[in-house]
Amino acid sequence: MSSATPASDSVLVVDDLVRRFGGLTAVSVEHLEVRRHTITALIGPNGAGKTTLFNVLTGFDRPDGGRWIFDGTDVSGWPAHRIARQGMVRTFQLTKALAGMTVLDNMLLGAPRQHGEQMLLAPLRFRWRAEERAVHERALALLDDFGLLAKQHDFAATLSGGQRKLLEMARALMADPQLVMLDEPMAGVNPALVQSLLDHVRKVRDAGRTIVFVEHDMDVVLSISDWVVCLAEGKVIAEGPPSEVVSNQDVIEAYLGHRRARLA
Amino acid sequence: MNWSGILSDGIRAGLGINAAVYALAAVGLNLQYGYTGLWNFGQAGFLLAGAYGTAIAVNDWGLWLGWAVLVGILAAILLGLLLGFPTLRLRADYLAIVTISAAEILRIVVNSTSVQSVTGGPQGIKGFANWFFDHNPIPVGRYGFGSITYTYRDLWVVLVTWGLVAAASVLIALLVHSPWGRIVRAIREDEDAVRSLGKNVFSYKMQSLVIGGVIGGIAGIMLVIDRQFVEPANFESAITFFAYAALILGGTGRIMGPIVGAMLFWFLIEGSQSFLNQAVSHDFLGLSHVMSPTQVGPLRFVLVGLLIMLLVVFRPQGLLGSREEVMLSE
Repeated sequence: MSSATPASDSVLVVDDLVRRFGGLTAVSVEHLEVRRHTITALIGPNGAGKTTLFNVLTGFDRPDGGRWIFDGTDVSGWPAHRIARQGMVRTFQLTKALAGMTVLDNMLLGAPRQHGEQMLLAPLRFRWRAEERAVHERALALLDDFGLLAKQHDFAATLSGGQRKLLEMARALMADPQLVMLDEPMAGVNPALVQSLLDHVRKVRDAGRTIVFVEHDMDVVLSISDWVVCLAEGKVIAEGPPSEVVSNQDVIEAYLGHRRARLA
Repeated sequence: MNWSGILSDGIRAGLGINAAVYALAAVGLNLQYGYTGLWNFGQAGFLLAGAYGTAIAVNDWGLWLGWAVLVGILAAILLGLLLGFPTLRLRADYLAIVTISAAEILRIVVNSTSVQSVTGGPQGIKGFANWFFDHNPIPVGRYGFGSITYTYRDLWVVLVTWGLVAAASVLIALLVHSPWGRIVRAIREDEDAVRSLGKNVFSYKMQSLVIGGVIGGIAGIMLVIDRQFVEPANFESAITFFAYAALILGGTGRIMGPIVGAMLFWFLIEGSQSFLNQAVSHDFLGLSHVMSPTQVGPLRFVLVGLLIMLLVVFRPQGLLGSREEVMLSE
């Protein structure tokens, strides 16, 4: 179990996190750790608080209590952009590809700490031209990796749902994050593309990053995750290696049981 | 009917001081609305801040006009910060409500007799730009071609103002074609995506609001320098909407959009005025039976409004805009 893991091995440690909406306690996580260089799946039935937990951890929502340490820094309550700059970058359940911008511009936007992003330096092209070229190179390499190179000059609006997911993931990688938080990366993706997306997620882990993702499809969860955390009614009801969690009685009751019953 | 007279009236206005001032105001709006997606409905307030800041600094504080212009610009910066801080963290429509109200509040405040000793109340402030006209390098005379001429005084103001339009446009072009511009264009599309990539969205929105507001402030300064007179009636909210009309006509999110739009707007306003005046007095198409000369003024705005409606229906990107970008951003 995670408590046996040395703290230095955890990139993210969450304690006593609470988020309420009026009388409803959407998230109430006593303790949660995410180990470095792993793929951790966050599962649970609808309304379990997965996305709320994501929003709070990434600064897109404010908790009513609790703290979380990311890579040794207490980032509790930090605004979203500072958490992202610290190295925890998320994607969204409903993709936020910037539709009116080209695929390439989407990618370039992801690069962190560009000098040309400062108002006073921006008009002085010679001050950031070299840096821009380097960012450009990196973007093209990543687009090539993700099979989007041919689309670089197209508006992101023209991409298919699966391609947008790929673009969003590639764009997040431009920010060079330690921890990538993917909110339902497979939702709405053409089944033919799912395998390719999974390969990319594995590659991201193998490149030394950590991934947390929310997913409904148990086949996906079983095939790529190293660790599974199951939420129900805002609480962690079970966690462990995928095969263990899937056979856990509480999990079956809260989530799989319902599904199997329906399928039966 | 004197058609060439109508045409030259239109062209004279399209190149004139009003077109240049509105172009400048619209260049500022273009950064805010066109590129960043900020709904500033109070550009008139920024014009007012610049204009009154300058006039008061000369008149009451006895400053040199050059320093006074800086005071006007500072006033516009201050207004931008003041409006931005409470609203830019909220949804886009809050900025719209706050800016339009703030512009009206400012106009009513400077009009008030309780501050008459400073702002001149409804009488305004006169004669603060002598330095500008004393340093007119253009020799006395009339300049132009054909029937489109300006006095040496008007030409001086017009040239300086168009020069400022050019300078502001170059600055905006440099800004939006930089990584800074990439961020503001992305904010227009989806703030949360930008935030998730580690960019401080609030700060960029503030920068865009203030830069656009300062350009609006400079527009206000040139407007009242030209008249050597500043009064509250110069800053009705109609200014904001005419500047928007010019921007939409020309094309939002295009560097040349606000410039072409402002020229076209004033060409149409003055050209249609000239046309209708003649049509009524010459009984062209029987117009003198349906309207009187006093109805000409309002009718030209009806015509321009109609044109904008047609444009929005058939060419929503404006004259210069990119249809693809407009359609895909929705």
